[in-house]
Amino acid sequence: MPPFLDRLNDAAKRKVRALQDYFLLAWTSLRFIFARPFYGGDLVQQMDAIGVQSLGIVILTGFFTGMVLALQSAVQLQTFGASMYMGRLVSASMIRELGPVLAGLMVAGRVGSGIAAQLGSMKVTEQIDALNTLGTDPIKKLVTPRVLAALIMLPVLTVINDFVGIVGGNLIAQFYLDVPSSLYWRTVWEQIASDGFVFRFIPNDFVQGLSKPFVFGGVIAITACYFGLSTSGGTEGVGISTTRTVVASSILILVLDYFLTQILLSLLVAP
Amino acid sequence: MIDRDGGAGGTSPADAVDDEHHASPDESGAASGRRADDVIRHKEEMRVRSVIQNELSREETEARPRPEDPGPLDGAVIELERVYLAFDQPVLEEISFAAFPGETLVIVGESGTGKSTVLKLILRLLQPDSGRVYVNGADVADLSFTEALVVRQKMGMVFQSAALFDSMTVFENVAYPLREHTDLDEDAIEQRVREKLEFVDLEADEVMGKLPAELSGGMKKRVGIARGMANNAEIMLYDEPTSGLDPLTTGTITRLIMKLQRELNVTSIVVSHDIRASFRMATHIALLADRTVRFFGTPEEMTVSDDRYIRDFLGGY
Repeated sequence: MPPFLDRLNDAAKRKVRALQDYFLLAWTSLRFIFARPFYGGDLVQQMDAIGVQSLGIVILTGFFTGMVLALQSAVQLQTFGASMYMGRLVSASMIRELGPVLAGLMVAGRVGSGIAAQLGSMKVTEQIDALNTLGTDPIKKLVTPRVLAALIMLPVLTVINDFVGIVGGNLIAQFYLDVPSSLYWRTVWEQIASDGFVFRFIPNDFVQGLSKPFVFGGVIAITACYFGLSTSGGTEGVGISTTRTVVASSILILVLDYFLTQILLSLLVAP
Repeated sequence: MIDRDGGAGGTSPADAVDDEHHASPDESGAASGRRADDVIRHKEEMRVRSVIQNELSREETEARPRPEDPGPLDGAVIELERVYLAFDQPVLEEISFAAFPGETLVIVGESGTGKSTVLKLILRLLQPDSGRVYVNGADVADLSFTEALVVRQKMGMVFQSAALFDSMTVFENVAYPLREHTDLDEDAIEQRVREKLEFVDLEADEVMGKLPAELSGGMKKRVGIARGMANNAEIMLYDEPTSGLDPLTTGTITRLIMKLQRELNVTSIVVSHDIRASFRMATHIALLADRTVRFFGTPEEMTVSDDRYIRDFLGGY
């Protein structure tokens, strides 16, 4: 085989092996959620690191995104005399798309990079090997609590992001378009109710808006742990893993968002 | 490289080692030295006998095939049998040696000869491509990942960088294996942690609340040893325990490894570059070169070796 094809063959094998390792890590970490021992203390610590400590950045992002969204839409809506529908527009955009995606991207940047750097440093300083030699499974001890914490906390952060974004939209509607607050919130609710319900009481918008961050949370944590645990080459390797984590999880969030939207729309919107 | 007991009469190496094992720790060093010499002589005798038997039975081999897998060596705590391992290129080829209870086997060799890899094979952090790695008679390569975790609880590992968990205090580091694998209450754990820290000559009250970043290199190594032996490990593995330390601290760590052997009869495998320290603590030395074991024997045998490579390696020691 020519050398070029040899190299191509090796590169393809490495990619396939990496993909296999990624899914194996995902499966193992999820399986360990239901296996003893439970690292409750680590879970709470990670929920604090991933959730509570990300509140500030998520609130700021949501608030300003809601305001910008309202501001940009105001001109168009005024042109058609449809300012009263501002609540509908902002809530639909925030709950279905912007809330989950923005919260995901923020957490990927802040938390994903942190997890990759922490696990990467542990790897290059032999602390992961030390865990192994002390009879502890590093996936159970380090990966599962982070994945579980992200699965729990990202939907919570998304709900907060959605709410703050809608509040930001309310401020613009009230002070820029002179839309009364009561009318704004009524149209918000009309939008939520108009898309139908699952099991008669869960709005479709909520199902869309909360199933996405659940997936994004898992993807961010697993991607960060995968790159962290695959770190090699000292401190430079830690930097590379951190960058790769942020890039890969951000792209995965945007790509998965499209496919999840397709799937959810086909499931939730009656033909 | 190792003697394989053919069971052809006489005292078995295991018996010989048992005799040594039951001896009082208070006996003089000279007596211990004589017993060690006896064991070594016996092993050498068995090795020669095995070689002669192999030669004699060579003609019969085709008619009466020898078992391909002779199984673990009687009495050996750790044994590597014809281990082969390759990553992109071969790292270890036909590596065979054994360590018996209470022995300190030091593995020396140039950088990149696979010394630390041997420790990883013993811990089953790596699996050999072929060959066997026995720990207490059980082939660790056959174990599942979860089973290997259980076996590792009987071993303590001291890393070159100490590998202390930097987010935990010294107390939490040493207590980690106890909290993870025992039902001891917090009082008992604290007592055990104090006992182990004092064994490694550290003031428990002074260091327990410190983070690893606040400790010197020698103190980190000693905390690493305390953590390794917290679960009363029967086997201790050391990866370059004296590298990067000043001569005085090197002496302290070397004495500590000898103390573990003398007082607790711990079997130790030490990977080291430090010839002087190796000769002080070793009951046996294995020299790795060209991916295989170039020499296996006592420090005394090594010093009188005619092998030019060994003489160059020792550098006139």
